[in-house]
Amino acid sequence: MGKQGIGAPVLRKEDKRFLTGKGKYTDDMKIAGMHYAAFVRSPHAHAKIKKINIKAASKMPGVAAVLDGKQLTGDGIGNIICGWMVHSKDGSPMNMGAWSAMATEYVRYVGDAVAMVVAETQEQAVAAAEAVDVDYKVLPAVVSAVDALKKGAPQLHPEAKNNLIFDWEIGEEAATDAAFKKAANIVEIDIRNNRLVANPMEPRSALVQYDAAEDHYTLHTTSQNPHVARLLLSAFYQVAPEHKLRVIAPDVGGGFGTKIYVYPEEIACLWAAKRAGVEAIKWTSTRSEAFLTDAHGRDHVSTAKMAFDKNNKILGMKVDTIANLGAYMSLFSSATPTYLYATLLSGQYNIPNVHANVRTVYTNTVPVDAYRGAGRPEATYIMERMMTTAARQLGVDPAELRRKNFITSFPHQTPVIMCYDAGDFGVSLDAAMKASDYANFEKRRKSSKRKGKLRGIGMSCYIEACGIAPSAAVGSLGAGVGLWESAEVRVNPVGTVEILTGSHSHGQGHETTFAQLVSDRFGLPAENIQVVHGDTDKVQFGMGTYGSRSGAVGMSAIEKALDKVEVKAKKIAAHVLEASEGDIEIKDGEVMVKGTDKKLLWHEVCLAAYMAHNLPEGMEPGLKEGAFYDPANFTFPAGCYICEVEVDPDTGVTTIEQFVAADDFGKIINPMIVEGQVHGGLAQGIGQALLENVVYDDEGQLISASYMDYTMPRADDLPNFKISTTETLTPSNPLGIKGCGEAGAIGSPPAVINAITDAIGNNDLTMPASPQNVWAAIQAAE
Amino acid sequence: MYETNYTRAKDVSDAAKQLRAADDGKYISGGMTLLPTMKQRLAAPSDLIDLTYIKGMGDIKVSRKEVTIGANATHAEVATNAKLMKVCPSLCELASHIGDPHVRNRGTIGGSIANNDPAADYPSAMLALGATIVTNKRKIKADKFFTDLFETALAEDEFVKAVSFTAPKKGAYAKFPSPASRYAMAGVFVADHGGTKAKRDIRVGVTGASSGGVYRAKDMEKALAKSFSVDALNGCKVDANDMLSDIHGSSAYRANLVMVMAKRAVAAAS
Amino acid sequence: MANLEITINGKATSATVEDRMLLVDYLRETRNLTGTHIGCDTSQCGACVVHVDGKAVKSCTMLAAQANGSEVKTIEGVAGDGQLHPMQEAFHKNHGLQCGFCTPGMVMAGIDMVNRLGPKLSETTIRAELEGNICRCTGYHNIVKSIAAGAKAMGKGMKKAAQ
Repeated sequence: MGKQGIGAPVLRKEDKRFLTGKGKYTDDMKIAGMHYAAFVRSPHAHAKIKKINIKAASKMPGVAAVLDGKQLTGDGIGNIICGWMVHSKDGSPMNMGAWSAMATEYVRYVGDAVAMVVAETQEQAVAAAEAVDVDYKVLPAVVSAVDALKKGAPQLHPEAKNNLIFDWEIGEEAATDAAFKKAANIVEIDIRNNRLVANPMEPRSALVQYDAAEDHYTLHTTSQNPHVARLLLSAFYQVAPEHKLRVIAPDVGGGFGTKIYVYPEEIACLWAAKRAGVEAIKWTSTRSEAFLTDAHGRDHVSTAKMAFDKNNKILGMKVDTIANLGAYMSLFSSATPTYLYATLLSGQYNIPNVHANVRTVYTNTVPVDAYRGAGRPEATYIMERMMTTAARQLGVDPAELRRKNFITSFPHQTPVIMCYDAGDFGVSLDAAMKASDYANFEKRRKSSKRKGKLRGIGMSCYIEACGIAPSAAVGSLGAGVGLWESAEVRVNPVGTVEILTGSHSHGQGHETTFAQLVSDRFGLPAENIQVVHGDTDKVQFGMGTYGSRSGAVGMSAIEKALDKVEVKAKKIAAHVLEASEGDIEIKDGEVMVKGTDKKLLWHEVCLAAYMAHNLPEGMEPGLKEGAFYDPANFTFPAGCYICEVEVDPDTGVTTIEQFVAADDFGKIINPMIVEGQVHGGLAQGIGQALLENVVYDDEGQLISASYMDYTMPRADDLPNFKISTTETLTPSNPLGIKGCGEAGAIGSPPAVINAITDAIGNNDLTMPASPQNVWAAIQAAE
Repeated sequence: MYETNYTRAKDVSDAAKQLRAADDGKYISGGMTLLPTMKQRLAAPSDLIDLTYIKGMGDIKVSRKEVTIGANATHAEVATNAKLMKVCPSLCELASHIGDPHVRNRGTIGGSIANNDPAADYPSAMLALGATIVTNKRKIKADKFFTDLFETALAEDEFVKAVSFTAPKKGAYAKFPSPASRYAMAGVFVADHGGTKAKRDIRVGVTGASSGGVYRAKDMEKALAKSFSVDALNGCKVDANDMLSDIHGSSAYRANLVMVMAKRAVAAAS
Repeated sequence: MANLEITINGKATSATVEDRMLLVDYLRETRNLTGTHIGCDTSQCGACVVHVDGKAVKSCTMLAAQANGSEVKTIEGVAGDGQLHPMQEAFHKNHGLQCGFCTPGMVMAGIDMVNRLGPKLSETTIRAELEGNICRCTGYHNIVKSIAAGAKAMGKGMKKAAQ
């Protein structure tokens, strides 16, 4: 590896603009004549809209337009869709209710948009929105998915009887039941996976410019995937045809899944710009609005059973899950609790029989969709709480029970679709146990006890599927899009390189890591390489960044394009140097004939390509290549996390004494950035385990509606992390990259809860393990 | 935020005069509670009269055991005042954990006690220290000052100029912050004012926990007057029925926290 | 309306704005200094931290009129001529930022920490002092490292200046 090549901890190219306040986020932009939008939102969780009176609001100063849902649908703006078709086990398609960007007849959650105001200033828009008088007939609401399935529950959508969206299954039920009959021991747990809010620090924002003369729209927006946004806005929501709509996702301040989706506000602002006859409209969410409108994450209730033989080998696993999808089906909402979840219910273990049943349900809450990990944290939480619970019930060491059941030969086909291509789970377990000094834990427990504190240790051996995915495979499972990625490598005549990628960086450091691929390949300095992303006018179609796919899929596309550039550059050099193509080598910015002193400088080859005075017969001028990469398989990052906690029995406060992560991400391009991804993921996973929780009251009012009540992890809630990585390369892509973006959030919650339950001697503890919940669990155990 | 007029009061009488002249005026100093409330459009004062430019109203004076803290003293100033640290370190400690460093640079002691948020820290100290609240009109004993949640004895145009108290022989504050907001879910200020052997003067102020707002835990005071020790509190009970309940703490949990914090404060003061 | 005279990053500015205008809006909207961010509406996230008369404050919880007559320093005024401030440099070298949105507030808080507490900052101190700054990307691990390193570098700078 060179200093700036693959594997080097290259400092980030993008840092300077962020450190000096020169980042350009959507809300930082202003356009002359720009108007502001404010939304009128339902204060009720469920109601019929009787009348919307806009008279007073329309007359307020600065108001350009007050618009509602009927006008929006009347103009032919399409409903918001779920992009992944899932069928119930009886073969019927999912029951998707209609979701209009602004409600027309019914509101179904607190925050549901009813109308919008376009005004000259932000304050004017907010004031006029407040003056819109909406007459509601309040209806009974239901917030819990379990309650929503009950007889007599309030009904949300006529399409979904009993609020059931689908009743889906995976695995062989009869075979699994048969395996359970042979069990020596059966372990059962009830699991609630708490509902979360993603909370990227940059609130969502949309800035629409409308050029009436050209009938052309430009949308700057906080998106993880601007091309997909454009496709949805054009083909499905009918806002504008694709060639008349440019979508730009500039600097984006974190995403974590919640910025994948096209939201009602973007649709409404695009539509309103033309309708209201203004040149530009900006809408920026307040944090309070974000809590009410950003897609929430998780929210599962499950029962799981695991059957063991008399030697503690796993015979089977059965899971029954109810997933709350909120008031409407968001873009990936059907895939998250099914194909991204139940397909991981074999974990790292050799389990001959797995069966899972998932019911998804409408409730009067904010729509739920993918949030960092998306389905895989829910699966891992069940698997790893189960393994530790089982170890406790069977009276064996949790590490040994896991080790005994590890999958050790690859490829391994699980009973739930996935075929694990490579891995070495024992290596990660050993590394984590060593780093955490697992062997001497009991000594530390005793010393805590002397101080009146309860110490516990817990582990989690996770596996996830990312790098999604082979397009044909996801297509057969119901995905509405392919999940490939694209790249274009543009070599300029002076030898500098631009990489145009369909991936989108919103903190992941692509401007640095993607450039490292080029540095590695041609020996060029990082400053000569520019990564271009996030603009549909500049970049060919791409699928964007989520599901830890930018390395495994996005970089693979770049590699493919680089292959093509390399081949052409070598051909040109061979021609100019009168050598055989096979003898040409590109290294350290030089293109040489192996074993001779004949060479060209890199930029001389590039210039030759563009001068085109002396190219091989029939060769097109220029040096620019594109590639689309469709993965051969999912990738399977895996690892072992060990958490050690100390609990104050008087207050229930948990302190994380150490957190050890041993991950296998396959090939690592930049270890510094990979570590940063793990840190962030761990903080979100520990946040879920200890702190974060969405709470609604029975009427559907969001109680945890700001940072006053939704506990965001802060610096003093977290420890320094001890992390290490191994590199078992995946054979499924050219670089051997598995992905690292979500592992921390996937693997950590069960490790934390396994540690706390170990400390307090009560296995019955629900996330988040807030001081109050831990204290109550201690009281219950006494 | 609704429209408002902002002016800076030149002096004490100018402040009151401006407030009386306003439709629906409010005094502001740091604005750490008022401005967020206004941003949420939950308050809409026609006028904001800024008290922070009134000369001398932010001074911290310590003479032997007698302490006067001007209402405009920020939490950061109280937390780091060297003279105060010598005679009443517990109050410095309390101030050093209000909000966060940036909030402490703006928020003031006067604003905090005038607002009487049930989760604010200072009111418990005022009760335990037996402080006198000095306003632009009169002096009010802390025991009479805090009347209910967000309610005080202050009249419409009245504002806090300073607080004064005699530093206790020993004292300590123990706080259990809400995991999310970091406001007190239970904060107990224990102060030992000496007194005679027969009648020891112990005061215990409790904030954050009670549904009635800040209060003095009289039974704890009695128990501690007999013996100033952690064990002395074992006979005391905190009635969960009197406690607040929210998503971060049931009333039973809060009742437990009051006891635990009281014990920690006593241990720290001993 | 308020007639403002505020010195920002050493430059005198003046404007007539509504009394209700927040300092952060004055910086972002009127002065186009968009490095100061708004990440919440409850004065908790710290993305808006600037220095007013040398002290770190949350500019989302201060009226521009309250800052009248003051000197304000924002993230745009931290670096010297083409040279990053030692605290900025430390964030770069220690990968103390990812999406960059909380970063200006973190840097301003870090500098304020050193101004108040000196250049030797323990991990525990830094974590406690970051109570008013929320980051969702980094898990704070590298922010803590960055501030410790930035503080040390600032200390060296102070020592040099003293000599």
